[in-house]
Parts: sequence; structure tokens; C-alpha cells
Amino acid sequence: MSQPFRTEKGGRIDRAEQLTFTFDGEEMQGHKGDTLASALLANGVHLVGRSFKYHRPRGILTAGSEEPNALVGVYRNGDQTPNLRATQVELYQGLEAISQNRFPSLGFDIGAVNDLLSPLFPAGFYYKTFMWPHAFWDKVYEPIIRSAAGLGKPPKNPDHDVYGNIYAHCDVLVVGSGPTGLAAALAAGETGAKVMLVDEQAEFGGSLLSEVSASIDGKDPADFVTETVAKLAAMDNVTLLPRTTAFGYFAHNFISLAERVTEHLSNPDPKLPRERLWQVRAKEVVIAAGAIERPMVFPENDRPGILLADAGRTYLNRYGVKVGHKVLVATACDSAWQAAFDLADHGVDVVAIVDLRETPPESLMSIAEARGIRVEAGCVVTGTLGRKRVKGALIGRLMTSGQVASGGQIACDALLMSGGWTPTVSLYSQSRGKVVWDSEKGAYVPGVSVQKERSAGGAKGLYGLQATLEDGYAAGEEAAKAATGKSAKVTYASATGGEAGSGGILGALPHDRNAARVKAFVDYQNDVTAKDVKLAVREGMHSIEHIKRYTTTGMATDQGRLSNMNALEIASGALQKPMTDVGLTTFRQPYTPTTFGLFAGVSRGDFFDPVRKTPSHDWVVENGGVFEDVGQWKRTWYFPKNGEDMHAAVARECKTVRESVGLFDASTLGKIEVVGPDAAEFLERMYTNPWKKLAPGRCRYGLLLNDAGFITDDGVIGRLAEDRFHVTTTTGGAPSVFATMEDYLQTEWPDLNVWITSTTEQFAVAAVQGPKAREVIAPFIEGVDLSADAFPHMSVKQATFCGVPCRLFRISFTGELGFEINVPRRHGKMMWETLAKEIEKHNGTVYGTESMHVLRAEKGYIIVGQDTDGTVTPQDAGMTWAISKNKFDFVGKRGLARPDLVADGRKQFVGLLTKDPKVKLEEGAQITTAEQPATGTPAEGHVTSSYYSPALDRTIALAIVKNGHALEGKTLYVPMPTGSIPVEVTSTVFYDKEGARINV
Amino acid sequence: MSELLANDLITPDAGEIPLLSLPSVSILKAAPLTRLSLRCREATQKDAGAAFGAELPMSPLSNTTAAKRAALWMGPDEWTLLAPEEDLKTVFDGIEEKLSAHPHALVDISDRSEAIIVSGDKAAWLLNTGIFIDFSLEVFPVGTVTRTLFHKSPVMIWRIGADAFVVEAWVSFMDYVSGLLVQSATELEAA
Repeated sequence: MSQPFRTEKGGRIDRAEQLTFTFDGEEMQGHKGDTLASALLANGVHLVGRSFKYHRPRGILTAGSEEPNALVGVYRNGDQTPNLRATQVELYQGLEAISQNRFPSLGFDIGAVNDLLSPLFPAGFYYKTFMWPHAFWDKVYEPIIRSAAGLGKPPKNPDHDVYGNIYAHCDVLVVGSGPTGLAAALAAGETGAKVMLVDEQAEFGGSLLSEVSASIDGKDPADFVTETVAKLAAMDNVTLLPRTTAFGYFAHNFISLAERVTEHLSNPDPKLPRERLWQVRAKEVVIAAGAIERPMVFPENDRPGILLADAGRTYLNRYGVKVGHKVLVATACDSAWQAAFDLADHGVDVVAIVDLRETPPESLMSIAEARGIRVEAGCVVTGTLGRKRVKGALIGRLMTSGQVASGGQIACDALLMSGGWTPTVSLYSQSRGKVVWDSEKGAYVPGVSVQKERSAGGAKGLYGLQATLEDGYAAGEEAAKAATGKSAKVTYASATGGEAGSGGILGALPHDRNAARVKAFVDYQNDVTAKDVKLAVREGMHSIEHIKRYTTTGMATDQGRLSNMNALEIASGALQKPMTDVGLTTFRQPYTPTTFGLFAGVSRGDFFDPVRKTPSHDWVVENGGVFEDVGQWKRTWYFPKNGEDMHAAVARECKTVRESVGLFDASTLGKIEVVGPDAAEFLERMYTNPWKKLAPGRCRYGLLLNDAGFITDDGVIGRLAEDRFHVTTTTGGAPSVFATMEDYLQTEWPDLNVWITSTTEQFAVAAVQGPKAREVIAPFIEGVDLSADAFPHMSVKQATFCGVPCRLFRISFTGELGFEINVPRRHGKMMWETLAKEIEKHNGTVYGTESMHVLRAEKGYIIVGQDTDGTVTPQDAGMTWAISKNKFDFVGKRGLARPDLVADGRKQFVGLLTKDPKVKLEEGAQITTAEQPATGTPAEGHVTSSYYSPALDRTIALAIVKNGHALEGKTLYVPMPTGSIPVEVTSTVFYDKEGARINV
Repeated sequence: MSELLANDLITPDAGEIPLLSLPSVSILKAAPLTRLSLRCREATQKDAGAAFGAELPMSPLSNTTAAKRAALWMGPDEWTLLAPEEDLKTVFDGIEEKLSAHPHALVDISDRSEAIIVSGDKAAWLLNTGIFIDFSLEVFPVGTVTRTLFHKSPVMIWRIGADAFVVEAWVSFMDYVSGLLVQSATELEAA
């Protein structure tokens, strides 16, 4: 039995190309051009999923992206993408799809017991039930809710696909390619404007692809589509993007598109991205998103086999699929009648048309009569029969009293329904537009444009083929004119047939059933019934925003495109307020579900963030160094030798530096060249220290505060000439210090003749530190007398290193004799390798950031951001020596005078020595005065740095402690889970307190 | 490379293998250059141009070129001056001498960035995978220069031909920039 519901002929599928696919493991056939939904229907499969809350059997309801029920998982490359709408999944050879939200199988689902217990699960069930006891939330309620919630299973493996990104600009973006969109794109394209036409479907044409009873310029609508698309494709100024959803409309006409590049292919080329994110800046936008049909809210309106009438027509005319053999059509408007006629023309037994209206249009009645179709006017469906497939419907006759009288049963194997049409205003709403109620159309339609867009055709509630075509042309012309000022004469095509119909209904239909026992679904995906909306109102939810959140109506993947209007009408009735007073929820991005992969794009793996490497990187890799991430930088952490662990490696590196010499890559330090006649004046204003008297060739430590008076950065600054300074900053602070300086220059002191230039990456920097540092560099340096007298600590000079120009600093962050050599970056590798070789001769070592930290801590040098946390003043840090007393002003000076910054009791920077020299404190640990502080005792401070010190052969720590400077020699405690650790407060300088080693 | 601007400054680095070589787009590492950052006020601009050997461009995002010289507008008082690698000292000292009486800042940034040349029919498309600028010729004509972002890295883009762009990034960002460009071009190889 193959495709029993396929028509003999017709449709746009390729009947010559048969495709095999599986659904829940069962092999079936379809054709190229099918969606998974149409192929399933061709095979007579309506039951495709279980509902979210009650696990009711559900079938395909629509033929578009608004599909609430037919959510499936599709396997590819051993992993599964969940929650795809079967109506959007294009069939390919070998497609493997599964149903969701069922256990153990789609046919027999244990969760369906929820349907029988449904009186226990009213709207707001979770809010009401899981309130008490509080402690149950984490361990009991939440895990249960989580395991029961959600549809589909997330994929287990890392995403094996790649995702593209492209930025684009256009004059006119046309969203939707039905009659309106095609006409708009053509009209705009003819003017020469840059046009992009996007449609979420595989083929352009929208409703024209399923229209067989009208003609355009005497041709089949489908041929009109083919010709128009060919014309557009021939224009260089037009970009055509099928399978592309405009899912977000942001500020300044910025629209994001999701293009599905390979999703429809059986064996996609792995070089192609799965999807591509288009970020488009459009001068003008035409929203031609059309309208979608509304379900009718009658009891049991959710059985498999019940579809929207237009979907039934689309499956028939576009995909060559009959939704059933005995079809009942229930409607409140004209358009569904055409579906009945088309089905009848294909030999389907249309068992009846049940129209809510007492007197449907005579023209339709006569066509029905000619085809021998039974018409029940003034009737509604009051219930349906069947479980996994609809078997029949209960008919009720509307009486003048408003009551419904039973009108018997009609057997059927499919039911098409139409409650009328709802304009798709999602994108307009995303553009921040406010919809307005059009009582004549019975719909919310776009109001005033907030951005440069216009809705056209069905998207603004305009129906009828001729009218929508004309509106499209006009919108395209207008948009092109607005964007480019250009116009062109385009010949309007003219349509016959496809006239706008009348009719439509909102809200729940009347019935003669027990209202307490039946379910008439408003929001299919979230299992929200008419009853739930009324209950929400009874329980005090009076705004649609509250009703939405209480019942979850409109919170499904279609964002209420199918359900909102019915829910509003029901709420309005229950509140006894006009619908316009109930309000309307806002449509938000994304328009349809969008993959995380698309948003992540290239930001994964090594490209998640730039990985910045220094010139020594390759050497370090070759020599087994271990890296740590410092912001975006890869810095060498330590260099293990002969199987050393980190502790041993760091101990050896520190010891070697103090005893002979060490080499360290300091290239990541921020560097800023400050140049101009006012350079010294500028630094005077920025830093706490004095600069004007610093002689060229000399360096000084600089401390930078923010306005509030807190330390934000530090570094050594060398004066190269009267008007030229070489400023260094911390590695992490480089961008912010530069930005702060530029900010002050541009906004506060534009009169100063000084300019700053970042030279961080101009130079590679090698720090050579230790008693033998001079001997190590001497063979390579020319142009400087390196003797202590000629080139003392805190000197800088232009020289050469191996013949390459360099800036040689004599500075130290270790407390030892030290030099930092800056060479142009391209020579960094040469410098590093030369020095690495040279230090070996002196039994020296290369060392990493960890040893650098230990060496500086032994000397009590702060690291901004580790020992300070944005609340530490120079005074707190014991660095009042760095503040010039004679300056009129500097950044932070007034901040430092604030009462709370000069008050007693501030936390101050101190050293800590544990009583037991082997015990190393935890960085971040709290400090108390009592050995066993009572619960709730505030901490006196915390440990900021803690290391084993090879030079002292014991542990050392730095901390900030309340009134710490006055506590030297006192005992404090660091309470830990394993017991309180007694510590003695000390000076922050642990090693070489006189500083003799630095000046050799 | 026939479309390149009439200057001989930007040339592929001779010893380097192309980072990307497709019929529709290629990426070549550019040879080292002298790059100077010049900051000065209006009164100094004429003299600066004369000392450099190419006038300073005054309109935003524009460039001026002369034999072995190019000046790129970076801001209202900021230019990047390009010259052959070996001319560093001559150019630097020449400008310093000429401007000695005028407030200005001249800084050697030759090594701060590296340049790649992205050229071919798909060059603009490839850049647009990470740059949000409209590279149509009407909006971004040959000679246009700007700082911008490529994904998460700051870059400088200089259009030197209808289908040829110089992309400069700070050296430590270049792996990221060129790596992502090469990765994004993968789909051009698809059958």
C-alpha cells in the first residue's frame, strides 16, 4: 500500500522522483517537493504527536510554520534535531523522523493518563500546587516539572554543523512571496533598487502555489509565479532567498533572516553551512507576510484528521494529497467552501459543509448544489468522535435563542475547518508598531509605521487576488521610491477569480454539551482550552498579559498566531468588556523557532574569542610550557622540567631568579605612547604621581585612580624625551586605560597638545631579572653603558639589541636587578630565542606568570585587580608615597577627600604570616578577630594573594584587613571548614626589606 | 592585482604561501610596511603632508596616495602614513624635522599590525561574513578606509581595488581574523 491518499494527478511534487523516508522507524514513500507533513498525509498518517500537557493524540493542523502539533525530531549524522515543524521539513531521500512527547510509543502513551486526570490540571496548576513546602521545590517539584515539561529531547552531542553569517544591505526588503510579495519585489526591482525577496518556504509563490481556481493574465497562478521569479532572477539588483525566515525586526530597519542552506538535502556538502544568519539593513521594508487561517473552537477540535481548510486545500493542490476520503468542512466564512469544491473535483467525498451562517452566499450554495454537496447552514460542530483519527462529528443547529439543538452525527475521516483569517502582524509588531482593531475586518491590522516599513496584502487584512496583487505593486513602487527616489513603470498583472470572501468567527462556538467535561482547544501546542481562559478570568486575571501567562495561551512556538484572536474573544466575553479593552500581547523575536547554532555562528572553539599569542608562543609550546588565559591572551603560566608539578616548577623558577637570572615574556603589558608638548602636563593630570620633573631617560611608577579615588591601574612610565613618554599598563587594563585617557583628552582637555597611541603590539618585551641579568643582556645590547652608575634602577634608553633598535628599561617587578627590553614586534621571536639560549649559560631559567606573582608578592608589590577590587585607595594600599602633594589636581584627587575615604576603619593592605609556616591560606578566605567567630560575625577582611615563598621557605599572604596598618604584630584568624588558622599581621614586604638587591 | 591602486606599497609578502587561493577569492599576507601614526592640528597638516610626500586626506574615510606613499584618514586629527619598510627612518625623521615647531605626535606603529590582501569577485562577500559595512562601490568606493570590527576583532579596511581590500589587524588578532576568513570561505569550495 503506497501513498493511498495521493491524488492521481496535479500538485507541484515530482511524481517521477520517489523518496523513501521513515517516521518512527516505519518506512514510507513520498515525492520530491513534499514536506514531511504532506508525505505523511499521503500515506494516511495523521497522528504525529502527543500534546504537551494532556498527551492527547494530535495530527497535522496546518501547512505552514504556524503548525502547533506536528513537531518532530529529525535524525542526521547520528544526532537529532528536535521540535521541527513537519510542515516545514522538506522531504529528502532517507529522511529519518520521529514523533515526540510520547512514551513508550506514539500509539500508546502513558502520559495520556493526564487527559483523564485533566480536572486535576487546571490553568495555573503549577502555581497552585507546588507552593509548599518550600524545601520541596529544589528536590521534588522542580525535577518532576522539568522532566515532564518541554517537547522533544535536546541533542546529546556537540553540534556537528557549521553556521554561516553574512551582513547585507538593500534598498527594499520584501518579506513573503505570495501574490503581494512577488508584485512588490517586481515593482521595486524594475526601478533598479537593490531588492531582497525572502520567503520561509522552499518555493516562492505562497498562496499562489495552491490556487487553481483563479488565473492571472489568463495564466495559471503557478505559471505566473514561475515567470515572475524568472524575471526577478534575471535582475542583478535582486537577491532571492527561499527557505529564509525573516525572524526578527529590530531598530533602524535591521532585520535578521535565517536561511536554511542544507536542511532539505539528503547528502549536503559538508563544506556548506547548515544555516546562515543574514543581518540585513534595509532602507525600506515591505511586509507581505499574508494571513493565516483561524481554527474554530469547538469541543474536541484537536483530533488527528482535523485541519484548517486552507491547509487541506494546499495539501491537495500543491502537494497532490487528499486529507481524507470522506471530508467534512466546518466553516464560518467563504474561503473554506473553495477547499470543499477542490476536494470534490478530485473525487473526494465531501460529506457536508457545515456553515455557522444562517444564509451563506447564494453563489457558493449553487456551486455546492451542482457538485451534490450537502450543506448544513446555521450549524456548528459540537464535538468529534474518534481518538487517533477523527471518525465523525456531532452537529448542532443554532437556534434563535442562542441555544444549540443537536443535529445528529456525520461520519467522516477528515474535518476541515475555518474560523476566518488573521493577518500576520508579527513583524510589524516587532518593528514596535501598534496594531489597531478593524471592526469591519474583525481583525487587528497594522497601524502607523514606526519604522520604514509598510504591510501589504493579507498582512494588513486585504484579501482577494486582484487586490493583493495591486497592493503589492503599489507597496513595491512606494518602497523603492522612498529608498532610492527612483520610479519605474511596471505593468500590473490582472487576476480573475480568487475573490475575497466574507465571514469569520472569533472565540468559542456554542454547543449543547456539558461545558465542564469537554475540551475545546484554543492553543493547541500548550493545551489551553476555552475553559482555561474563562477560569483565568474568574481567578482575577483581567489583562490579556496576565491571562497569557496564567494559561500559557499564545506562548507556543507560533507565539499565538493561531490562538490569540480566539483567546481574546473568549476573555472579552468572560470579562464582559469589548475586545479592544482586553489588550493584545506583543509579538517578539524570533518569528519562528530559531536554532542556537544560528545565533552562535562562528563563535565556538578557537574562534569563540580572539586567542592572542605573544612572540614567544611557539618556543614555549616546543619547550613544554603551560599556558594560562589572561583575558584573550595566552600567557605562559610555568615551565615544568623533568616531570615537575606546578609547585616544584614554580619553586625552582623563583629560586633561580633570585640566585642567578630569569627570563619572562612581558609583551602583553599595555603600552601607550604619550607624545606632544603637553605630555608631562597630561600625565600629571591622569596619574597621582608627579611627572614634570622626571628627566628624560628616567622612569617612575605611576598609579592611576578613577574619579572616586580608587586604584584602577598602575605601571612604570619612562620619559623618552621632553615630549615623549612610554607608558605601561597592566595586561588586562590596557584597553580601558587607553579609552579613559582618550575620553579625558577629547572631553575635558581638548586644549592640551598631546596625543596618545597604543603601542602594546608594536613591541615585544622580554624581562630579564636576577643578579646575573646584566651579564645576560650585555653581549647583545649596544648604545648603553649598563653599569649601575650610568644606568641605574628606573632608567630607560634607546639602544640596539642584536642590531635591532630597542627601548631598554632598567626596572624590576621581582625586587632583583632587572631589565625589560622592548623590540619591534617582528623581532620578538629572535630576541626571545637569543635570550633563552643565553640564560642557560648562566644556569638561569625561563619563568611564567605564577613565578612572577610569587616574586612580586615576596616584595609586597600589588597586582591591581587581585590585591585591589575597585574599592582600594592608595592610602588603603599603603601607597601614599605615590601621591604627589604638590599637584593642583589629578584624576581621583577630589574623590580621595571624600569623608568615607578618610574615615577610620577602612580595609588596608597588609601581609599575613600563618603561625604554621607550612599552612597556605586560601585566596579569598575571610579574616576574623575571634578564633571561633559566632555565626553572622562580619569578616575583618580577606586574603588577596597567597603563595609558598621559596625565598623564605614558608608561606606568605597578602590581605586587606580593617584598620590593618595598625594591627602589625597582632594575631588574627582565618576560619576554614577544617579549623581556624591563626595568622600574624605583618608588613607587606617579606623579602629584602631594604631593597638592596634591586640597585646592584 | 592589476586593479590595485597606482601605488607600489601594498604587495604580497614574497616568501609567504597564500592563506587562501580560490578562483573567486584569495588571501595573501602583505609584505611589511612602515606605518606611522600622525596626530596634529589643522595648522600643521599641510606641512605634514609636504614632509611625508603625500597630502593628508581631509575628508573622512578617504586616502591619498603618491609614489611609495599613502596617507589614510583615521580621524579628524589622525592619519596612518604608509611607506616602504626601508623608508622608516627617512620618513620619521623628515616629518619630525619639518614639524619641530608645531605640536604633533608621530609614533612608529609599523609592527603593531599585519595586513592581508583579500581580493577576488567574492572578496566583499567574504568580508561581509564578519563586517557589517556596505561594501557596494557606490557606498564604499576604491580608496575608502575605515576602522571597524570583524566579528570580535578590531580591524582596518582599505579598499585598494573594486575587488581588492587590505585588511589590517593588530598582530595578535590576525590569526583570528585570517582564520575566520579562511573558514568562512570554505563554502565557496562546495560543489
